[in-house]
Amino acid sequence: MTGWRNNAGTTIDRARRVNFTWAGRSYEGFEGDTLASALLANGVSIVGRSFKYHRPRGLIAAGLEEPNGIVQLEAGAATIPNMKATQVELYEGLVASPVNSWPSATFDILAVNSLVKRFIPAAFYYKTFLWPNWHLFERWIRKAAGLGVAPQHPDPDPYEHRFEHMDTLVVGSGAAGLAAAEAAAANGAQVLLVEADAVLGGGLLASTEPVEDRSPAEWRDAALSRLRALPNVKILARTMAFGFYDHGLVALCERLSDHLPLLQRSGPRQRLWKVRCRRAILAIGAFERPIAFSGNDIPGVMLASAAQTYALRYGVVPGKRIVVAANNDSGYEAAFALQDAGAAIVAIVDTRPETPMAAKAASRSIRVILTSAPVAARGGRRVKSLSIGDPAGGSARETLRCDTILTAGGWNPAVHLHSQSGGSLAFDEALQAFLPSQSVQEAPCVGAAAGVFDMEAAISGARAVARGDKLTRSVPVGVGPTRHFADGDVAAQRAWLDFQNDVTVADVQLASRESFRSVEHLKRYTTLGMASDQGKTSNVAGIDVLSHLLGKPPQAIGTTKFRPPFDPVTIGGFAGRAVGQDLMPFARLAAHDEQMAAGAQMEQYGGWLRAAWYRKGDEAEEAAVRREVLAVRNSVGLFDASPLGKIEVKGPDAAEFLQRMYVNGVRNLKVGRCRYGLMLNEHGVVYDDGVFARIGENHFLVGTTSGHATAITDIFNEWLQCEWRDLNVLVENVTTGWAVMNVAGPKARDVLKAVGTDIDLSSAAFPHMTYREGRVAGVEARVERVSFSGELSYEVAVPWSYGASLWNCFMRAGRKFGIAPFGIEALMVMRVEKGFLHIGSDTDGTTYPQDVGFGPAIAKKPDDFVGRRSTTRPDGLRSDRRQLVGLEVIDGGGVIPIGAHLLPRGSTEPRGTEGWVTSSVMSPTLQKPLAMALVAAGSARMGEDVRTWHLGQTRRARIVDPRAYDPEGARLDV
Amino acid sequence: MLLINCPYCGPRAELEFRCGGESHIQRPGPHGDVDDESWADYLFYRQNPKGEHRERWVHAAGCRRWFNVARDTVTHRINAVYMMGESMPVTGDVQ
Repeated sequence: MTGWRNNAGTTIDRARRVNFTWAGRSYEGFEGDTLASALLANGVSIVGRSFKYHRPRGLIAAGLEEPNGIVQLEAGAATIPNMKATQVELYEGLVASPVNSWPSATFDILAVNSLVKRFIPAAFYYKTFLWPNWHLFERWIRKAAGLGVAPQHPDPDPYEHRFEHMDTLVVGSGAAGLAAAEAAAANGAQVLLVEADAVLGGGLLASTEPVEDRSPAEWRDAALSRLRALPNVKILARTMAFGFYDHGLVALCERLSDHLPLLQRSGPRQRLWKVRCRRAILAIGAFERPIAFSGNDIPGVMLASAAQTYALRYGVVPGKRIVVAANNDSGYEAAFALQDAGAAIVAIVDTRPETPMAAKAASRSIRVILTSAPVAARGGRRVKSLSIGDPAGGSARETLRCDTILTAGGWNPAVHLHSQSGGSLAFDEALQAFLPSQSVQEAPCVGAAAGVFDMEAAISGARAVARGDKLTRSVPVGVGPTRHFADGDVAAQRAWLDFQNDVTVADVQLASRESFRSVEHLKRYTTLGMASDQGKTSNVAGIDVLSHLLGKPPQAIGTTKFRPPFDPVTIGGFAGRAVGQDLMPFARLAAHDEQMAAGAQMEQYGGWLRAAWYRKGDEAEEAAVRREVLAVRNSVGLFDASPLGKIEVKGPDAAEFLQRMYVNGVRNLKVGRCRYGLMLNEHGVVYDDGVFARIGENHFLVGTTSGHATAITDIFNEWLQCEWRDLNVLVENVTTGWAVMNVAGPKARDVLKAVGTDIDLSSAAFPHMTYREGRVAGVEARVERVSFSGELSYEVAVPWSYGASLWNCFMRAGRKFGIAPFGIEALMVMRVEKGFLHIGSDTDGTTYPQDVGFGPAIAKKPDDFVGRRSTTRPDGLRSDRRQLVGLEVIDGGGVIPIGAHLLPRGSTEPRGTEGWVTSSVMSPTLQKPLAMALVAAGSARMGEDVRTWHLGQTRRARIVDPRAYDPEGARLDV
Repeated sequence: MLLINCPYCGPRAELEFRCGGESHIQRPGPHGDVDDESWADYLFYRQNPKGEHRERWVHAAGCRRWFNVARDTVTHRINAVYMMGESMPVTGDVQ
């Protein structure tokens, strides 16, 4: 308990006290605090336990790079796991707790893992839990290693998406960002300035250095008020630019209500922006590097810049006796700020032999120990001392008593968005950091993100870049040396690189010894940089260790790939409004309500809600399907066929075009006639089927399966626009323009007559497979006499808005004939009885037309059609191709399961297959089980007895003609 | 997500379009005269260049028209947009 609050703080409001709960205890903070600053002010130094060893951990950062302060926010449906305490704005009544600790962060039973830590090195899990099965161990390991708990209930909050186009997007509102925005706006460009923090100003908020002769706060306020006065500048705070995609597309996540007490929240929680900009200026700043020394994860070790931010922004001082370990001058600024904030600076330990800052420190009576590096921190739940030694190695030469160690190990520019935009990186030896190098898109980096750490240089550079000039960088002041561990040094086991994922210098050494030396392999093997912070504090340090081990420059090692998101984004933000029923709304039939009233059991078929079957009384599905089939076979039934695809194909070359699209002949079809059409893809594979009608000399109505209506329209257009540009044809998908009622059964003609029509329905005037237009029930209708059930059948199409009334007319007129609405299940039973093919059930991605009986039709057609040449590749000519046949059950049993395999001849055990059952039903009409199957050389094996095998069950069947019911089609010719 | 300049509608986001793969592929024929090798070449073999790729796109959620795009597969820069049936324009980046 060493953190404390002084009377400073630029972004907190001391007049507004805020109560919150942490790990079950009540605390108080101020408005403007983050959860992290408030915890620190209350002396809470252990904020969590590490991922693997459950070591106590304190805050090391003040921003989104924080790896330790991972919290579970709120409870119930509103809970959010794995939030960083540094990003959670404090609000009245906030409830949060640490993750990955039990029973508490301060006392954690699994901290025993830390004692056996040398037995749990990198890749321990891969190597150890192999036998007999990872899943035996998984539950235990998942509980021990893991972060927060995912909510058990649907997210109660709404999210939304917005699109924006901008001339210039400026990311980051520090000095460079503000300067860039203002300069970009000066020539009238539309500018959007976004800042992830709640408060604009970036580094200005935690700096004491004068900027252009003003205090940082004055400079910031003046710049902001000028920007706010400009009509062409838009500013968004609490908005994270998390992804840079192609052609200037940047994704932003705006937090709208996360900072408000739960009860005051309304409207969308977050807004996901997709901003298309001509130019993005990246002023994202830089992340300070931690220093790897033994015990560098003990609570009380913190980034120097973070301590400076806590002191200046929030008036929170992380300790009383502070040692600063530095390799560059920024550590001195932090030391001075902390001294001014009221802490005692025990010493500044600097790896460099000299610096002009040493004199400045001496004038403040701060001891500076040059040419020295931290060796080992001691302490349990809090730092007690730090031993120091030569940066080149050797043993410690002095121990400094302290409660806090601040590390200033140099800076890594936040190159994430630059890299995502396609830009390359170059390693800067002086800064020991990767800097943006070549850009692929218009996305220059400015300020610290470009490696410019002097504030006034950053400002002038940002202005120049915003005006379109190139950034000129003066040679940076280099950082001092880093003390490295010898390969195998046991102390390296206690020197952390990735705090959240518990990866130490020793783990990188182990990976290197085991030849995981590519930086991408190192990452996967050790999990370095794979935590929710994505290695913002650890990646470059890990590359440095690897570079030192291999004697290979960091540029040659490179970084792992930077991918979006820059910082975690809630999944709800990506989903936006496309959740629940709005994810993919179902299409509803015109007569949906009427069918529901008739007992329809709706299911989803290709995006449509359609009746699978109709419940009458309390009957079960099987009985209902049987009743529906028998009604159609013996009297009449009504089926809603509206979703079946209807495409109009029109133009002088319409017949020629369809001749090329279908296996069947089209050119010779007479006006008013219908024909069954089979369609292939260019690979020769059976793709779709349906009935097309020639409704005029140059006008066809093409029927498709319901799932393919849109796809086939697209395919038609692609062939017409890309391949056969000389054909004069128009294609329009009119599926949802026409509702279609299919009245089927021996009494279908009587019902249609009773409904009332001016079409001559006599067998001679309107035979099977013809098309007529006329009035039905007083409405203009297109009627096709076609049948998938095998009975006399009319498909009556009327404009969609008449669909429900036509349904009602048929049901009323059909009552005296006992008309039964029937669903897809009954239709499927009837088509199996007829041996009709159902593409997708009876065919797969290898089925050619000759496998389903279309060989003779192709032989008779001289013209080319889509896929034709593919069907005669060597594979298409094999004699053992699987062909569609019927199966008759000969063992007296019931239905053979779909998917049952046909055993090879003479085989009694399940080895090898000669095909499988594709459709299988109990036929109510024939009162026996029927099946269809794809069988090797099936059509030459008629009458052969075979065995099927399914899940240990062997059945006997006979290969037969699939047309089991009315094979001559006599019932259609009435 | 690319920003594609539809020659009929103007610049639109990629999600309105669908890519149909490499352009300027000749469909061999007549079918009776095409040998297996040239048919396989037509069906399966593509250039897959590192650099400029000529491909066809359709503005599926817009005008539903097909057109050609010359796109760099490394930088995703679009060097040219031209109509179906037009021959390939010369762009600076042809490799």
